[in-house]
Order: sequence, then C-alpha cells, then structure tokens
Amino acid sequence: MLYLSVFVLIPLAAVVVKAFSSGLGTLWSSIDNTVAVRALVITLVASLIVAAIGAVMGTLVAWVLVRDSFAGKRFVNALIDLPFALPTIVAGLTLIALYGPDSPVGIHFAYTRGAVIVALMFVTLPFVVRSVQPVLIELDLEVEEAAASLGASNATTFRRIILPALRPAIFSGAALAFARSIGEFGSLALIAGKVQIASIVIYDNIESGSEQSAAALSVVLMLVALLVLFILRQVGARIDR
Amino acid sequence: MTVSRRTTLSLRVLALAYLTLLLLAPVGVVFWRTFEHGVGTAWSFMTTPAAISALWLTVLIAVIAVPLNTIFGVGAAMVLARSKARGKAVLDALIDLPFVVSPVIAGLALILVYGQGGWFGDVFLNNGIRIIYAVPGMVIATVFVSLPFVVREVTPVLREVGDEQEEAAATLGASSWQTFWRVTLPTIRWGIAYGVVLTTARALGEIGAVLVVSSNVAGSTLTLPLLLFQRDSQIGSQVTTSVYALATELAVLSIAVLLLMTMFGSRREDGR
Repeated sequence: MLYLSVFVLIPLAAVVVKAFSSGLGTLWSSIDNTVAVRALVITLVASLIVAAIGAVMGTLVAWVLVRDSFAGKRFVNALIDLPFALPTIVAGLTLIALYGPDSPVGIHFAYTRGAVIVALMFVTLPFVVRSVQPVLIELDLEVEEAAASLGASNATTFRRIILPALRPAIFSGAALAFARSIGEFGSLALIAGKVQIASIVIYDNIESGSEQSAAALSVVLMLVALLVLFILRQVGARIDR
Repeated sequence: MTVSRRTTLSLRVLALAYLTLLLLAPVGVVFWRTFEHGVGTAWSFMTTPAAISALWLTVLIAVIAVPLNTIFGVGAAMVLARSKARGKAVLDALIDLPFVVSPVIAGLALILVYGQGGWFGDVFLNNGIRIIYAVPGMVIATVFVSLPFVVREVTPVLREVGDEQEEAAATLGASSWQTFWRVTLPTIRWGIAYGVVLTTARALGEIGAVLVVSSNVAGSTLTLPLLLFQRDSQIGSQVTTSVYALATELAVLSIAVLLLMTMFGSRREDGR
C-alpha cells in the first residue's frame, strides 16, 4: 500500500489538488477554452471510432484464429501481441514510414485525424482479440448445432446464439481499447502533427510551464477514464454471477 | 455451425488483409528503410555514442523498475487472492489506475510531487538529490506505468489454484516462508514470468511519462525511445535513416520480448 502510495496515489492526488488550487472558477476557465474543449472532443470521438472498429475487426480476427485453420496461423496468433511489445513511438513511426510523406506506395495521410485513428487502432488491436478469443474457444458447439438442426440459418445462429455469448468479452475489450485511446501519447506524438489530441495538449502545457491548465485537463481526462473503468467492473461483476 | 467455404475464405482474407495493412506492412517498411543504404550505414547509426548511452539508460531503467514491480506485484497478488482484509476491493481498483491514466498525466503528477516546488521535491533537492529531470524520476515514471502487469497476471493464477496445497504444507509443519518458496512460488512462476515480460516490454518502450520528467539531454537522460522522438522532431517531416535505425533497434528488442511472451504465454495456459 505504501509502495502504491509513493509511486501512484500521492502523485495523482497532487494533480487533482493542483487543478483545484486556484478555485473552481479557474479550473473551469482553463478547461473552457477552445483548445482544451476541441482536444477533448477530438480525443473522445476518435477513441469511440477506434473502439467501434476494434470491436468489429477484433471479433472477426478472433473468429478466424479460433474457427479457421490455415498455414501460419500460429505466426498470426503471435503477431497479435506485437502492438503490446512494440514501443509505441516505433508504432507511430512505422505508420509514418508506410503512410507518410515518403511512402513507398504513394498513400499519404500522416498528420491527419485519419492517421490518429489508424495509430490508435494499431496500439489497441490486441484488446478485443485477446478478450474474445478465449470465450470463443470455450463456446459449446452443440448449442450451435442444435440451432442449425432446428432450421436456423447461419446468420440467425450467429446473431442469436454466438453474439450474445461473446457480447461481454467484446464489450470489455472495446472498453479497454477506448480507455487506452483516451490517454495514448507515444504512438501519436509523431503522427498527430497539428491534430490537437488531449494528451498532446497536456504535454504542450507542461512544456510551456502552465501546469495548472495541464492539471485541469488531466482531471477531466482521468474522470472519463475512471468512469470507463467503473462500468467495466460493473459488467465484470455481472458476468461473474 | 457449418460455414460455407466461401464465407470462411473471405473472412480469412479480410482478417489477414487487416493485420497486414495495420501491422505487418508498416513494420516491414521501417526495416526496409533502415537497411536500404546497407547494413553498415544502419549499424553506424545504431552505434553512435548517443545511441549507445541511450540503450544503456533504457536497460538500466528497466533493470531497476522491473524487479521492483515484480516484488510488489507478487505481494499485492497474495493480498488480493489470499487475505480477507477489508479494503481489498479498494486496493484492487487502485492497482488498475496506471492503466487508465494517460502516461503524460503520470509524468505531470510526478513533477507536482517530486519536482522543484512540489510536495516533497524541495526536501530531496535540499539534500542534493535531483529526481525530476533526472534518472530517478525516469525510473519512478517507468514504475508507475508498468505497475499493474505482474499483479494482473499472478492474481488469477493464485485464485485458480486455491489454497489447499498451502494449507496442507502448513499442516505438515512448514513455516509460512517455506510454504511460499516451496509451494506457492513454483505454481505461479509462469504467471510471474509472463507478467515480467509484459512489464519489461512496457519499461523498454515507455515514452509519454518518461519524456515529461526527462531533461532530454543526449548522453545523460535520453532513453532510446526519447532519442528517437527528439531526432524525429528536430528534422521535421522527412524521416531519415538514423531515425529508422533507432526504430529498428527498438523493434528488435521488442520482438525478442514478443518471442518470450509467446513462449511464456503458452506455458502459462498449459499449466506448469
């Protein structure tokens, strides 16, 4: 508990205290400027898009990894963890290399909002895949066969039998991806360009010495993230029962 | 459910294309850019004095932060899985904080506490200990962001195996220390190993938190990711071979970590 306090709790408390240090009014005015509000909106919208795409594509990838079999599946399976292993700054750089100014394929969309979303998709890819995969493996094939023998089409079976079983896993994976996206910095530091992402605005504020505004924006960002964490726990508790 | 051949194939192609465009192709291009002027050129960029000292600092920080978090992680996991103390739920929730707090906020938090004019910062400064904008602050930042991994890997394993064997050992007269070393530790070792690998990966690659508390001076407080960041921001939009070479160096480190991850991951699932 002491360890946790020294390294995590006391520092975070300091941010909250700093944010409120000159009263609620100042806190509000430092959030209520266009840069901060825009940054928050862009960050939240981008994170939502990333979580939604991640939920669909992650489930698809997990499905292929569990139900399909092809040469090199083990390699692909190991590849999923790459974004967790690769330093985030390298992740950003790899995307610039392929989709940036000297792209070998002539596609150039680095330093735009689209690039921010792709970078976030890169770093959050494993979340949904790794949470859906074990559930899909455990899933009872007999229920699906029963549904099919009762005349359900594949689409119906998927929608009525498989999807409900996967839903909690997809949801918690997507929520983790969302939480990660809100705070992500490393992979965006190079690729975001002029796109003002919340974590980058906070960084710029720290660098220019306005710790107060940085702290204010941090508190809002932390509240959103904590809310996500709280919802996750509620969902987790419901599944345990 | 029997899926038609066509659906299976199109799903497979879709999934593989997605992974290729998002993961494989970008990483591949970085490797290609690194070595397009020959291995020698790339190697010379990786062995500049700045790069070498950055590599050592990165390793040094990991070597301090990872054992600290491992010891804490195993201890906290024991508390979460075994003790019946009140407030356990609070501890459980608090441990996840570093995962949901942006690394930049972590850095800011450390400045506000350990920096000049911070809560404890002046106490350390008056005794000649510089924490923020120096290596100790970078270590603390790394500890912060990689703290939950070991706890999160070990706790479920401890819950899974239950405490019957430990109780049996205690009945047979083992001290709690003996029980831990001879019974508990062997059963959770793959969980620990996996957690340690994840912690190491994060420690080696961390940028946000470390960037904020570093003074960004080459040769003293630049880790490999920071050096890469600094080089890239200096030259602007045109990325050069020297940056790609550093990226490849980091990527190779992390692919080694990934291999360990896959190895320990499957061991962990197989049981012991």
